[in-house]
Amino acid sequence: MPRSAETLTTEECRLPAPRRKRQAERVLSYVDAVREATDQEMARDDAVVVFGLDVDDPKAIQGTTRGLAEKYGPERVFGTPLSEDAMTGAAVGMALAGLRPVHVHIRMDFLMLAMNQLVNVAAKTRSMYGGKANVPLVVRSMIGKSWGQGAQHSQGLHSFFMHVPGLKVVAPATPYDAKGCLAAAIRDDDPVMYVEHRLLHFQKGPVPEESYTVEPGKARVTAPGEDITLVGLSYMQVECLRAARYLEEIGVKAEVIDPIWLSPLDIDTIADSVERTGRLVVVDTAWLSCGASAEIVAQVAERLQGVRDLRLKRLGFAPTTCPTTPALEELFYPNARTVAAAARDLVEGGATGWLPEERPDLRSLQFKGPF
Amino acid sequence: MHLSIGQEAVSVGVCEALEPRDVVFGTYRGHALYLARGGDLRQMAAELYGKAAGCTKGKGGSMHLIAPECGVMGTSAVVGTTIANAVGYAYAFRYRRSDAVVASFFGDGATEEGVFAESLNFAALKKLPLLFVCENNGYAIHTPQSRRQATPAICERARAHGMPAERVDGNDLPRLIDRARDAVRRVRAGEGPSFLEVTTYRWREHVGPNSDFHLGYRDEQEVEPWVAADPLRRLAEKIDPATRERLEEDVEAEIADAFAFAEASPFPDAAELTTDVFKEEHHAAVR
Repeated sequence: MPRSAETLTTEECRLPAPRRKRQAERVLSYVDAVREATDQEMARDDAVVVFGLDVDDPKAIQGTTRGLAEKYGPERVFGTPLSEDAMTGAAVGMALAGLRPVHVHIRMDFLMLAMNQLVNVAAKTRSMYGGKANVPLVVRSMIGKSWGQGAQHSQGLHSFFMHVPGLKVVAPATPYDAKGCLAAAIRDDDPVMYVEHRLLHFQKGPVPEESYTVEPGKARVTAPGEDITLVGLSYMQVECLRAARYLEEIGVKAEVIDPIWLSPLDIDTIADSVERTGRLVVVDTAWLSCGASAEIVAQVAERLQGVRDLRLKRLGFAPTTCPTTPALEELFYPNARTVAAAARDLVEGGATGWLPEERPDLRSLQFKGPF
Repeated sequence: MHLSIGQEAVSVGVCEALEPRDVVFGTYRGHALYLARGGDLRQMAAELYGKAAGCTKGKGGSMHLIAPECGVMGTSAVVGTTIANAVGYAYAFRYRRSDAVVASFFGDGATEEGVFAESLNFAALKKLPLLFVCENNGYAIHTPQSRRQATPAICERARAHGMPAERVDGNDLPRLIDRARDAVRRVRAGEGPSFLEVTTYRWREHVGPNSDFHLGYRDEQEVEPWVAADPLRRLAEKIDPATRERLEEDVEAEIADAFAFAEASPFPDAAELTTDVFKEEHHAAVR
């Protein structure tokens, strides 16, 4: 059914924040949900400290840290030197000492400067010290998209961290999950890579005022269907929900799943769905090779091979560096229409050449810049 | 394993200046540091044997000794890594209004890593309660400092970050203890980080129990003055012979006991392979 020509929000995509009461639901942006989770966790536990480049500057990391430095003081909220390696190591040291650091990176790309501490220390500490030490560390980082973010401001590198035992990885798509997952991550006694997408920051949705957690290892079915399973990671969850609308037009009922936590990964929920539908498209905001999409498809195939016939497809970044020109950038990413087209081909068992006409009500959000 | 033989006095001297509540971080050449802080010898020996009774249940091995009960909070195989961890720990001490201090031990090679400069800058910026201890044995594996550093002035590099720095002979144990006490007093008083460069020498090969003069990167004469100045022997000479004999017998017995314990101890169960990945065991089972 056509809808008004306004931008579709995540909320309107019926991402089901578990409904508590039907009373007036409070609506928050993803940014405010992140900020509120941080505020509430800092209020309940003075071990929580927040730092990173520019967390206390006037822009306050898109607003996600706004007001925290004033409320909790410069010992608990502070901007750092441009020293990602040492500051990540310092975060690990703080965590070893019993603090609960939240280290913020406005670009995921910057984590490449912190890999030694994340992979060789944070991930390994519990194991290599035989369980004698905890690293309750949260690393927030943001994936950029649109407006010419380009080669080093756009990468989704979450699969690097999924590869390594000892790290948890979460990529919430809704304001509800943004708040609940961040609270869970901060309370977790192991290191958590918390992945945000810049386009999701502008999304609004229902967020309860009280503190709550969305615990590791549980995916959510965000739209029911029986013809095909769409798994959308991070921002691609929004595109998958839009794709489901396009597919409705041709009578294909897609089941959409948000894994939320990528490590530990709830493969049960995904495989149960694919066992019913027999078809799976995984859409990632990252490259395909050795990526989260490859992992999900491989685990589903391992589990369901011989159980039922399967058709599998991955969509993600084009296998190249992200270009800045809009003419090419548009082609670099999957979108609702290309997801729908791939899904239809899978359902029909071959290339149909179908690409839905763009519906204004399902148009991609445009980041309004500047970045 | 990476033996500390010849370098023990650095750990002993600095740890002599620390209090039980203080914390140390070290390197993969960390046996001396672990023992100088009072780490359990039986657990260390069992760790070297890969036994369940080891200080990390046989999971970390020689390069990753830890003894939280003695303030040994971490040792790393990646050069320079624990410097930043020490910085964070010191931040936590200060945040908690503790008067404890952290001592960060690393080698001359670590001063070439980016994390060294980053860590010194942040520690000085925040005036953290931290003693940096550069254990300068002159080599990074087989490459001498002169072939890696444009100038040997490690202390100057520390001073450039805004902290007092001093070079001390690591074979002169009484002097080292004195200088370490002075530095720790300043650090504990809230004056910010201090830096000690302690000269020492690795008697044995980089990894393993043997000599390595056959490799040709250093000649045998180079070690002779270091052996002649062995701080352990110099210290022993100050003790009366009867006491010395008794001490040596006690130590030999303790070592024999520890290694007998290690040999007799069981290996970990197979189920231990997937424990300690996450705090909650079920997460480790995710495929």
